[in-house]
Amino acid sequence: MKKVTVREIAQTCGFSVLAGADALDRQADRVFCCDLLSFVMGRAPADSAWITVMGNVNAVAVAVLADTACIILAENAVLDGEARSRAEGQGVPVLGSPHPIFDTGLLIQRMLED
Amino acid sequence: MSQTISFHYDVPGDDFTRAGEASGSVKKALKKVGLAPDIIRNVAIAMYEGEINMVIHAGGGQIDVDIDPDAVRMVLKDQGPGIKDISLAMQEGWSTAPDDVRSLGFGAGMGLPNMKKYTDEMEIESTVGVGTTVTMTVFTHPREEAVS
Repeated sequence: MKKVTVREIAQTCGFSVLAGADALDRQADRVFCCDLLSFVMGRAPADSAWITVMGNVNAVAVAVLADTACIILAENAVLDGEARSRAEGQGVPVLGSPHPIFDTGLLIQRMLED
Repeated sequence: MSQTISFHYDVPGDDFTRAGEASGSVKKALKKVGLAPDIIRNVAIAMYEGEINMVIHAGGGQIDVDIDPDAVRMVLKDQGPGIKDISLAMQEGWSTAPDDVRSLGFGAGMGLPNMKKYTDEMEIESTVGVGTTVTMTVFTHPREEAVS
């Protein structure tokens, strides 16, 4: 499967950049959807575009340690202030999508399959 | 790298915002050492799960990490309530975490299973009322038996 940068995901899908604007060149090669952080830790593939509604500081820590390419907050879920500063500090790109989780994932999946 | 590099961390209890600092720091150190990304990821995930467990269940604890050419060894020690039934705690989905922890996205009963999944060796010593020590090892290269 091809790879796309987080910047390309944001531009093509119309997602906003909520944090980590300096890290948008990170590449993603698959989509992973899950809100339960315990599951994400064990199952999110490295370099995946992780879609969730969990916009807290723990989600950022999970993204760093599980090495996902980015966090995409679906449903306009809020990235809280502490999470935003942690994401900036750790260089984790966080995008915001107005769509539900599945629809958000589908948009990215279509890019990966093009 | 020919020498052992050691780190010590004190994990504060009841502070979810700081959980992940120790594992993040070790992850950076392992990148500098130049270990393979999948090895680094295994260590980071296992150690973060351990940190989270310390915060949820034990009011914090101490982590010692030794990095040598063959392996990364982590010893996570707490003075918490201990684990009554380790085999039960090792089952996916079994958890004693309170509701507020679950609302943060944790407490799904995946912590210890994830730690076992991402390490090559794991031992748990626990005494109820005294505390728990978890020792985990991730080898830095495939072991001979794994290759053959």
